[in-house]
Amino acid sequence: MSASGSARGRNVTTDFLADRAKFVRLETLRLTRICGAGHYSSTFSAAELFAALYYAHLRLNPADPKWRDRDRFVLSKGHAAIGLYPILADLGYFDPKLLDNYTRLGSPFGDHPDMKKIPGIDFSSGSLGHGLSIGVGMALAARVQKRSYRVYCMLGDGELAEGQIWEAAMAAGHFRLQGLVGIVDRNQLCIDGPTEEVMKVEPLADRFRSFGWDVQRIDGHDFAAILGALDGLKPAGEGRPQMIIADTIKGRGVARMELSLDWHVGNLVGTDYDDAYAEIEAGLKPSKLKEPALG
Amino acid sequence: MAETRTAPQAQEQDAIFRGTGGGEISLKDKASVQGTPARLMPAFVLGEELADLADRDPRIVVLTADLASANRTKDFKLRHPDRFFDFGIAEKNMITAAAGMASAGQIAYAATFAAFSAILAAEQIRTDCAYPRMPVRVIGHHAGMSMGFYGTSHHALEDLGMLRTIAELTIVCAADANHLRAVLRASVDHPGAMYIRLGRGRDVEVYPEVPEDFRIGEAATLRDGKDLTVVTNGTMLRPTLDAAATLAGDGLSVRVIDMHTIKPLDASAIRRAASETRAILTVEEHNVTGGLGSAVAEVLVEGDRIPFRRHGIPDEFVPVGPPAALYAHYRLDAPGIAAVAREFVGERKRVS
Repeated sequence: MSASGSARGRNVTTDFLADRAKFVRLETLRLTRICGAGHYSSTFSAAELFAALYYAHLRLNPADPKWRDRDRFVLSKGHAAIGLYPILADLGYFDPKLLDNYTRLGSPFGDHPDMKKIPGIDFSSGSLGHGLSIGVGMALAARVQKRSYRVYCMLGDGELAEGQIWEAAMAAGHFRLQGLVGIVDRNQLCIDGPTEEVMKVEPLADRFRSFGWDVQRIDGHDFAAILGALDGLKPAGEGRPQMIIADTIKGRGVARMELSLDWHVGNLVGTDYDDAYAEIEAGLKPSKLKEPALG
Repeated sequence: MAETRTAPQAQEQDAIFRGTGGGEISLKDKASVQGTPARLMPAFVLGEELADLADRDPRIVVLTADLASANRTKDFKLRHPDRFFDFGIAEKNMITAAAGMASAGQIAYAATFAAFSAILAAEQIRTDCAYPRMPVRVIGHHAGMSMGFYGTSHHALEDLGMLRTIAELTIVCAADANHLRAVLRASVDHPGAMYIRLGRGRDVEVYPEVPEDFRIGEAATLRDGKDLTVVTNGTMLRPTLDAAATLAGDGLSVRVIDMHTIKPLDASAIRRAASETRAILTVEEHNVTGGLGSAVAEVLVEGDRIPFRRHGIPDEFVPVGPPAALYAHYRLDAPGIAAVAREFVGERKRVS
């Protein structure tokens, strides 16, 4: 990778990206086994999004994690970090062997990511509802410094119940932060049930549009759709902030976890682990479950 | 029926609310500075000093939450419009966005009422500023009960107690305009996140000049004495110094320490006072639970025993009243502090 970092829109095949999404899921299984509890299903719903962003899209330079013109990625749903760490290791931000000690005393890697300990993490997260505000600040700093980086912020759908998200959404529209890209992992469930039963977030596209955002709604497990949405983003500058609502299935890739309330935090043991591993290894099959079509 | 405010009353109340009152102190304010000569209220220099610093430092940005007039950050906006951001009445978003800006290389000063910066956004200060060690300077102005009859919602008598438990957060209280300038200058390159606590921002003078020897974490002895040490800071310094002058006339020699930095606390200054003077009294515009008095007590109980008393707001919500009346009610004006000191020293004499 060049000293100036890689450009956006790298030419990779969807087969390669599917393989990297599989890698994310398998690593999530492996790392969870170290500590005995992990956020499988929130990570699985974002696996294709992670793979597309990091292997095809974001402007990065793993050799220089603090490169000031890099794109920023804020994982507002910090509990999916277990799926991000393996990608950062794979890209060369740190030695993959460090992950073998995941969550053990003194490890840089906890359930939620710490920017002070992990190269490639652009901001610490874990307290839901904060990430979009961090993104607003980063995008404003780009404007002050006249830099062209974009800021990508991945939000969970459950955390959209946090009021601060809407403070940030309002500010992004007000300041016309076109360089701020929100991605909602719309995996349909929060912990206590479907979002639409626990705390309704729809009509999501209308809500963000009314706050001054451009909105695309896509299938978040379809690489063609994800890459299409990312490639179609406008450059940083003055204009409407850009939201991608990615309809996904919480737990996607392991049938028993798909849209199940039992796997927000879990631990697969014995043959269950082996079965899940084999199922992921075999590759994504069409899910029997429907992604929502809520407009 | 509610009384209708006269135009001058309304103007005065609005000026107090906004912190933008005119030059002359009002009669009401004269009561609040009883024992001190009447003088011109200093300007709120926050925006001006930050603008001066920003002339030389491109990293500095300033954020506020719909209070650019009250805290005079509009003085910054006039000179550096591209580095000023008004977030509207959305303090949590402002504090977190300040952290986002800091992560990208800015030094972010985020100013609003202490009730809303320190208390409403306490979790954002901990999680987004202190924990990732972002150079965010949270300014909490109109702290304590300086908002008077605006009431508990607008008071911050808990901010120090809440924020003092946050690891790696620096907490400094400024006493007046000159002191605030010194604090701001020292803050620019200070590592990690800071909370800077102010009164109404146009507080009666304590430091006649900008204290060039100001150091974060090093207490300043503003008056020496041997009978009693009063450890205080911020808005309580002026009445404490006036009380000490009164007490000197009574033959009581009082040391006054400006413990401007609450965290990290200058424990050595407290230990010196414990060994060189006969008793220690803390005076604070804060609930006595968790604030300066508690911080000093923590040092004292781990060291030599010495007569000690905390003086501040007891564990209650304060009644409605203008600031001067509230200070008098809680004996946090000069006569009140002098009386508390006399009682404390007198009790000791009776016991010993």
